[in-house]
Amino acid sequence: MNLAVHDIRHNFGRFALTAAGIGLLLMTVLGMSGIYRGLIADALVIVDHIGADLWVVQRDTRGPFAEVSRVPANLEDRLRAVPGVASARNFVSHTIQRERRGEALRIAVQGLAWPEDKGEWIRLVAGRSLAQAHFELIADRSLGLALGEVVPLGHDRYTVVGLTTGMVSSGGDGLAFFTVRDAQAVQFNVPGEAIRLERAARRARTETIDLGRVSPELLNRAAGASANLPALAPPVVSAVLVRVAPGADATAVAATISGWPDVSVHSAEDQRALLLRGMVDKARRQLGLFRVLLIVISTIIMALIIYTLTLDKVHDIALLKLMGARNGMIVGLIMQQALILGGLGYLIAYFLGGWLFPLFPRRVLVAPPDLLSLAAIVVGISVLSSLLGIWKALRVEPNKVLS
Amino acid sequence: MNAPTSGVAAIEAVALTKVYGHCNTEVTALRGVDLHVARGEVVALLGPSGAGKSTLLTAVGLINPPTSGRIAIGGVPVLDGPHALVDLRAFRRQHLGFVFQKANLIPFLTALQNVQVALEINDVPAAAARARALELLDYLGVGPRAGNLPDALSGGEQQRVAIARALANRPGLLLADEPTAALDGPRGRQVMELFRKVAHEQGAGVLVVTHDHRALDVFDRSLAMEDGLIVAGTSASASA
Repeated sequence: MNLAVHDIRHNFGRFALTAAGIGLLLMTVLGMSGIYRGLIADALVIVDHIGADLWVVQRDTRGPFAEVSRVPANLEDRLRAVPGVASARNFVSHTIQRERRGEALRIAVQGLAWPEDKGEWIRLVAGRSLAQAHFELIADRSLGLALGEVVPLGHDRYTVVGLTTGMVSSGGDGLAFFTVRDAQAVQFNVPGEAIRLERAARRARTETIDLGRVSPELLNRAAGASANLPALAPPVVSAVLVRVAPGADATAVAATISGWPDVSVHSAEDQRALLLRGMVDKARRQLGLFRVLLIVISTIIMALIIYTLTLDKVHDIALLKLMGARNGMIVGLIMQQALILGGLGYLIAYFLGGWLFPLFPRRVLVAPPDLLSLAAIVVGISVLSSLLGIWKALRVEPNKVLS
Repeated sequence: MNAPTSGVAAIEAVALTKVYGHCNTEVTALRGVDLHVARGEVVALLGPSGAGKSTLLTAVGLINPPTSGRIAIGGVPVLDGPHALVDLRAFRRQHLGFVFQKANLIPFLTALQNVQVALEINDVPAAAARARALELLDYLGVGPRAGNLPDALSGGEQQRVAIARALANRPGLLLADEPTAALDGPRGRQVMELFRKVAHEQGAGVLVVTHDHRALDVFDRSLAMEDGLIVAGTSASASA
C-alpha cells in the first residue's frame, strides 16, 4: 500500500496548489537557463549563419558586434587579391531607433554586400530574399513589420520583402537586412540643412587656400555633393567578410591579412568567443547566480512544505511506529511525497513554461540538457528537502499517539 | 527473535518501577508492580487518575520501558529494566495489538486500508492482507463500511475498525487504554464484549485500562491500581 499516494489523494487540493507553487518556482529556474541560452543563440545568430571564415575589422578592435569597427569599403578589393581568399564582401552592422505608431522601434540594421550576398542564407518564414540593390529589406518578425509594409527610413522608403523569425541582436533588437549601400544610407542619413552647412564650410575652407583662390571650378566642386569629390573617402563599412578558398589554410590567410597595419582579423570561432566572453558573459553570470538563488529558495520552500506536511502527520507516524512500522516505510512516505511534489512541480514548470516562454519579449530557449539538469536538480532538492521532514518523523515517539 | 509459545502467560511482569524526571521533579509512577495475564484471559485494570494504569500499559506495550523490573510477553523476555532484550518495534509488530480511547485511524485510509496497513507492515502480501482485513471487519460487524474513510464512520464503528486493526496480526496480547471512554453505555459494553470474544476465541491475552464499572462483568479478572501499585484483584466469579 502506498501511503504517500493515499495521503495525496486525500488532500489533493492542498497538494495540487503546493505543487503549482513549486512548479512556478521551477519554471523560473528553467526560464533563467532558457534566457541564457536565448542570449547565446541571439548573439551568435549572424556569426553562425552568414558564412564567413574570417572577419576583417578596424585595427585593434573586436568589432563589429562587440565594439564599433570602421574600415574603408574598398578594403574588400584589397582582400580579394590575397592568395587563398575565395570571396570578400562588405558588411555593415549598427542599431537605430525610430518611432512607429507612437512606439519605439529599435532595428539592428545589417548591410549585406549586394549582389554577392542577397540574404539567401537567411531562413525566411515568409517572402523572399533581396532582389534589388536598393529599397528592400528582410525583417525579423519581432520588429512587428508586415510583409509588403513600406518603412520610411531617412530620405528613403524601404519595402519589407521577407520575414524571418528568431533573428535578433545580442541586445534583443530584431534584425533587418538591407544591402550595404542602403544600410549606410540609413546610418549616415544627414538632414538637408546639415549637408548645406557642410558644403558651405567646405567651400569656405577651400577659399582659404591658394588652389581654391586660383581655381573657381574647385570652389564649385567643394560646394557640391560629397560623392563627386575624389578627395573624400566613400562611407565606411563595419567589417569585410572573407571566405577562404577550398583547400586554402585559413590561418595562413589570416596571418597574411593581419600583417596589414590598418586591420585586425578574427576567425568565425574568435568572433563567437568575443561575443560569448564579452557581451553575454556578465548576463550569463548574473542569470547563473539568480538560478542558484532560485534553486536554494526552492529547496528551502520545499523543505518547509514537506516539514509542514510531516507535522500534519506526526500522529499517524507515531501510530505507524506503535504498530511496528519500519523506519523505511516512514522515510518512504515522506520522501515519496517530496519526489511526487517535485515531479509534479517539474511537469507544471515544463508545460507552463512551454506555453509562457514564447510570449516573453526575448527568446527563452529551453534545451534538452537544461531539462535534464533541472530534472536532476528537482530530484536533488526533493531528497534534500525531505531530510528535514524525515528527521522530524524519525524523532517521533510511538507513545505520542497517546497524547 | 524468539516466538512467544502457547500455554504460557501473555504478560509476565515482575517488580516494575517507573520513575519520571529526576531530583526535585522526580515522580514515581510504578512502585514494584507484578502483573500476570494469561492467554485467553481478559483483564480489567482499574484505578483513579494518576494511579499508574497507563504507565503500566505502555510499559508492557513496549513503548515506555520501565526504570527497573522485567517483562516477558508470551514467554519471551523482552525488557530488563529499560534495556530491550529484543527489537521492540518488530516485537510490537508481530505480537501486540493496541486500542486507545480514540480510534486513532489514519484519516487518509479507508476502514479496510486502516486494517490492511497493519498487516502489510508485518510483511503480509497485499492480497492476503486485504482478505484478512475484510474478514476481520466482517467479524466485528463493520464489513459494509470497509470502503469508508474514518470521518464517515460513527465513533463505535471507528472503534471497531481500530479493534480489527489491533487483531490483524493475531497478536498474543491486546492492550486497550480506556477504549470505551468516547462511547455511550451500550456501545461501550459491545466493545468490551468484543474483547472478551477475541480473548476467548483467539486465545489472546487482553488487558484493558478502564473507568467503566458498568461492564466489569465482561472481564475474567479486575485489578485495581493505586499510587503505582496493584492493590486489589477480583475474579469474575468473585465480582459476580
